[in-house]
Parts: sequence; C-alpha cells; structure tokens
Amino acid sequence: MSRLLEARGIGLTRGDRVILENVDLDISEGEVVTLIGPNGSGKTTLLRILLGLERPDAGNLHRRSGLTIGYVPQRLTISPTLPLSTRQFLQLPHRQPQGKVEQALRETAVEHLAEAQVHALSGGEFQRVLLARALLHEPELLVLDEPAQGIDFNGQLDLYQLIDRVRQDRGCGVLLVSHDLHLVMAATDQVICLNRHVCCSGEPEAVSQHPAYMALFGPRAAQALAIYQHHHDHRHDIAGEPIPLRQRNNPPRLRNEASADEPF
Amino acid sequence: MLDDFLVRAFLAGAGVALVAGPLGCFVVWRRMAYFGDSLSHSALLGITLGFLLQVDLQLGVAATCAAVALLVGLLQQQQRLPTDTLLGILAHSALALGLVALSFVGNLRLDLMGYLFGDVLAVSRSDLLWIWIGGASVLLVLTIYWRRLLLATVHEELASAEGVAVLRIRLTLMLTLAVTIAVAMKIVGILLITSMLILPAAAARRFARSPEEMAILAAGLGVVAVGLGLAGSLRYDTPSGPSIVVAALLLFILSLAGGALKWRK
Repeated sequence: MSRLLEARGIGLTRGDRVILENVDLDISEGEVVTLIGPNGSGKTTLLRILLGLERPDAGNLHRRSGLTIGYVPQRLTISPTLPLSTRQFLQLPHRQPQGKVEQALRETAVEHLAEAQVHALSGGEFQRVLLARALLHEPELLVLDEPAQGIDFNGQLDLYQLIDRVRQDRGCGVLLVSHDLHLVMAATDQVICLNRHVCCSGEPEAVSQHPAYMALFGPRAAQALAIYQHHHDHRHDIAGEPIPLRQRNNPPRLRNEASADEPF
Repeated sequence: MLDDFLVRAFLAGAGVALVAGPLGCFVVWRRMAYFGDSLSHSALLGITLGFLLQVDLQLGVAATCAAVALLVGLLQQQQRLPTDTLLGILAHSALALGLVALSFVGNLRLDLMGYLFGDVLAVSRSDLLWIWIGGASVLLVLTIYWRRLLLATVHEELASAEGVAVLRIRLTLMLTLAVTIAVAMKIVGILLITSMLILPAAAARRFARSPEEMAILAAGLGVVAVGLGLAGSLRYDTPSGPSIVVAALLLFILSLAGGALKWRK
C-alpha cells in the first residue's frame, strides 16, 4: 500500500496555548484512519494543517506529490438567500461534465435531489451531497470532518456504510474526524486518539480498551461497547417520561444508548 | 441626446443599477450589508481628501474606500476583534475624520447634502463616463471570478482546501464594492448606497432559481427602480436619490406580494 500522507512531530502553539504537540499521523491508500478526541483536543486544527489550510510551527508534513484531496467539511449552513440547486453546487468552482455529476450523485444515492435547492436539504442529505461533490474530483484521499453531526442515528449508520463502500470501490484513503468511536469502529482500520498529543493509537478494539482512551472519555465509553447490542422500544420526552416508539416494518437496527444520548 | 440632463441622469442611474444588482447579491449572500454601509461612510473622508489634494472626488472616494476595504480585509485575518466591531471603528472614525477635515477647508463651499443623498440630475458627461467605465470593470471582474466567488460564499474553507485563493477573492470583492460606492455616490449619495445594493437583490431572490438568475434579475429591477424613481422625482418634485430608493423599496414590497402568490400556486 502506498503512503498518501505522512505527518511527523506536528506542533502548533497559539499565544501561550499549546494546541498540538508532536503529532504523528500516516494514511495509506485504501486505509481508513479515524481521529477521535474530546472538544478542544485539536482535531479540527490538525485536520486544517493536513489540508494545508494552516501552517504548523513544528514538524513536517509530506504529501504524495499531486495528491488530490476530497474534503467534506463539518456541517455547514447555506444562506436561504442564495438560490442554488444541488447540480449547480456540484459545479463550483469549475464546470463539470453532466455525466460525471450524475454518476457522483448516484454513487451517494442522492440523484433525486439534483434539482433541489441546497439550503432546503436535510443534514443527512446535505452530507451526501457534499460527499458526492468531493467524489467528483476523484480524490485519492477523502477527508471528512464530523460527517455525522446533526444526523439521526440511522442516518449516521447509513453514512458510514456509504463511506466504507466508497473506500472499497475507489480504494482511496479516508481520514475521518469523530468524537464517537463506536459508530466508526466497524469501518475503521486505525484510530488515533488525540488530546493535543496522540494519547494512543491502533486498531479500534485495542484503543477502546486502552487506559489513555478510558481516562479521556471515561469508563462509560468503554463499557458502552459491552452493551452495544441494545434495542429501544421507547424513547423519552423532555420531562423524561417514556414514549413508545412506533412499530417499524424493517427490523430494528443496532443502537447504542451511550453514544446516541450522550455527547460524552 | 446626452444634452438632456434627464437622459444623462437615467443613463447614470442605470449604469450604477446594472452593477449594484449582481454585486448586491453577494452583499446579501455573504451578509456584508454592514460592510457596505461602513465603506460608504468612509467615502466622506475620500471626498474631503479629494478636495484637499485637488484630485477628482470620485477618485478620492474610490481610493479611500479601497484603503478602508483592504484594511478591514487584512485586519480580519487577526482574530482579536470581531469584524463588526472593526467595521464600526473604521467606518465611523473615517466619517468623523472626514467631517473634521472638512472644517479645515471651510472656505470652500461644499454641497454636503448632494454627497450624502446624491444629485443625479447634476450628472455631467464625464461623470457618466466614469460610471460606465467603473461599472464595466466591476462586472468584468465579477464574471471572471463568478464560480470561485460563489464557492467562497458557500464555504470559505472548502474553497480554500480546493485551491481557491480565498483571501484574494475576498479582497477583490471588497475592492469592487469600493469602486461601486465611488461611482454610485453621485446617484443616491453616500447614505443610501447600500440600499441600491440590497433592495434589488432582495426583491430578485423570490423569483430566482439560480445565482445567475438572481444577479440578472437584480440588475433589471435596479434599472426599473431608477426609471420609476426619476419619473416620480420629476412628477412630484421630490429629491431624486431618495426617490430612486423608495421606488426600489416599492419593487421589493411588490416582490413579497408576488412571491406569496407564487407560493400559493
């Protein structure tokens, strides 16, 4: 597997605050790397450095020459004053052949939204459109910043399945930022647990049992894995009263209480 | 034909409206209304400087607005002061400086009202030339940068990650705004320029399905507002600049009603 990106000893200080310290990170073709960490741990800053949006003041970053990156930013809101359809959005900043646009929309299962106005899309739909847009540039490395934010649980599972399929079909490397390990576990090769420095890294199972991970996220996070297979027949209203869930036709999906209800 | 002051007034107003429409769309999309307002406040300093240095006033205004725009653009890079605070400081300081400096040139008779609210009926041939040259260059720049500007409007980081020179785009937009303010000053005056940017764009929103449609529609509505405003000004003997703005406001209100009808269908 060929290396796409190699970061060594990345450090950044703002004023007298250390944002990142001695961070190493590698991504190879076909590999999914997940960056997890609590709020303020420097995940987004590291991502910005890897994308070339910000300069580190220590360490060096090596990208394979001519590396094309597809970037899916954190949930963004588009002003409703801007009339812009999905199809038009995919053609910024450069016009794209219609065939390619259709294919990218098909790949992320949003071809029916081609003419829809972008500001009216739901969170999940918009993430798929952003992904389609990133795929349009045939990326060798796909970078997604908290792609599941603001999306309901089933939507999140679908999205991660989609990302996994894209990885398999295209063989591109994927760098994910998440604050929730459980969701991304199935589709991740390597997890890097970040809190200004790399606390621990490795395969997801190993990281989830690592003392540094537990110290950072609390023992509940590790325990949550044990109750992974958990199915709700009710939810709670704002006062805490149980409300039965409507019966669905499709079989219940796996749910995980700790991750669905608590942001850690 | 150009000898008729009304024809000149309409051509000048239309020239400004054709630029203000598309540019105004970006002002609306990027929430830059306050920025436009601030920039036009600093125009008064430009007028005074133009007087003191004895250069063309529009040149003075364009240069001062451009300097303020660049200053804001660069100061935005630091993250200590939020943009609106920065704008408030710069805009009103420039306005105050302009008024103070103006008192030093006290022996010059200056039609302050004309600059604040416009004097489109006094547009000369050379003003007209200025307006159309300035306007055409702004439109040219907008056309060249159009798609990149749109992406940077949707998401600056995304644009930047994909290799769009975001800072250059932002400064370009600010400079075009400075030029537009300089050429629009004669028509509606410093205090009302922002409305020429925003009202036609806002009126166009309800009927547009794409950014391009909205820009073209805004330009068209602006020209209509200039026509109606001038006609009204002539008929009722009202000040021309404010009349144009009132006409634009009426069009905006009509667009709300029209939009409501469209939704019902």
